[in-house]
Amino acid sequence: MIRAKDIVKTFGDNEVLHGISIDFEASKCNLIIGRSGAGKTVLLKILAGLMPPTSGQVWYNDTDFLTLSKKEIRNIRMEVGMLFQGSALFDSMTVEENVRFPMDMFTSRTRKEKLDRVNYCLERVGLTGVNDQFPSEISGGMQKRVGIARSIVLKPKYLFCDEPNSGLDPKTSILIDELIQGITQENDITTIINTHDMNSVMQIGDHINLLHEGKLAWQGNKSEVLESKNEILSNFIFASPFLQHLRETALNS
Amino acid sequence: MIRGLLFHFGQYVLMMRSAMSRPDKLSMYWKETVRQMHDIGIGSLIIVMLIAVFIGAVAAVQFAYQIGGVVPNYYIGYVVRDLTIIELAPTITCLVLAGKVGSNMAAEIGGMRQKEHIDAMEVMGVNTAAYLITPKVIAALVMIPILVAAAAFLAVMGGYVASVPTGLITNAEYVQGVRAFFEPYFVFMMFVKAFVFAFILTTVSCYQGYYVTGGAVELGAASTRAVVVSDILILLADYVIALIMTT
Repeated sequence: MIRAKDIVKTFGDNEVLHGISIDFEASKCNLIIGRSGAGKTVLLKILAGLMPPTSGQVWYNDTDFLTLSKKEIRNIRMEVGMLFQGSALFDSMTVEENVRFPMDMFTSRTRKEKLDRVNYCLERVGLTGVNDQFPSEISGGMQKRVGIARSIVLKPKYLFCDEPNSGLDPKTSILIDELIQGITQENDITTIINTHDMNSVMQIGDHINLLHEGKLAWQGNKSEVLESKNEILSNFIFASPFLQHLRETALNS
Repeated sequence: MIRGLLFHFGQYVLMMRSAMSRPDKLSMYWKETVRQMHDIGIGSLIIVMLIAVFIGAVAAVQFAYQIGGVVPNYYIGYVVRDLTIIELAPTITCLVLAGKVGSNMAAEIGGMRQKEHIDAMEVMGVNTAAYLITPKVIAALVMIPILVAAAAFLAVMGGYVASVPTGLITNAEYVQGVRAFFEPYFVFMMFVKAFVFAFILTTVSCYQGYYVTGGAVELGAASTRAVVVSDILILLADYVIALIMTT
């Protein structure tokens, strides 16, 4: 599990996170949701170790991440996978080289072992026959899947996903959600997903954390969303009249 | 302004300290270094050759016109040789490379920063400063002195082409000039300049790209800054090296 404890982050005079404390559980899809500017990406970057908090602690199981030496941080990072909003695939490398990159960098496996693992990961995300293509030659949804394959190639214990559905059509979004959920449960991964997508919330929201103006405004799971009386949550999830109508219909039935 | 300079100098030193730390995996660095050597060396060969030939040619014609029979004709070869070895080959070549290679490095690394490639590597545990910068610096330290040496040779040849076939001086006079008063120390000085300038233009350009923030406009500005700052520092270093090595 990953635990954020009293995380405060300021940029100059602007405090964007005001003492966030959340436990992110293993084998579950832990969602961070909230409006733009709520501090979701900053929190995710702090949890992933890409940005230091102004104060607070980040625990990876029994280890306080922020007190570790560079070498210890590197060891932990080898157990971390991350899927970026724009996939962040390296343009000059083929799909295969992208997925193989973490193994090339940190393992001494043979070429065949690496290729087997790459093919397994690509197959797991539903991609075959694209090994030699470059990121620019495949669709956005496929790029996301290659990003997932790369993030799981070293069998991570922790997976961070920053807006995994952004820019994707609803069907592909559902596919990506199912993929992330499946991988999380199969490999007992602590997965933290930063999302705006309401389909994701209702489909894979095992543990949902709503951020509002830099504070934790609500916690629960997808089945509690409908019945929650939390006004901030309702205003965020059921923002449009259509969704409000759907909610009322669901509650009445 | 001084505070800003100190801030950037401090950040540059920290980046270089991180860049010079132990590589994660040598084979990956080697692969990247070879790619960079190709980009810097082969990629810049034509422009460096063209500039060198014309610099030599212009130096020869201009000097022939200036001396106007005051000194022996063979001095044309001598002046072209020393002028290019000591000053024009290392300085002009590196100023041009700061524009071609430096802006490219700043744009490449800056683009990686903006497209979260650097974040992706850092999450994996890669020392990004070392992986992205060190191969470029090593490749430049190997390839740029070779380019500078080639430029010096081609400039002397350019001087020959501009002065001998056109009848300014004879073949024997030019060859005599090129061989006259030769000081191997000047070649050493040329390589010192080439190494120092190569280090400046790569590290300054990588620095500008590595810390870029914002969007396309900022990336363009970083790329321009890489060239301008590199050029200024190269000229400054040229003066300092000249002072140190000639006094």
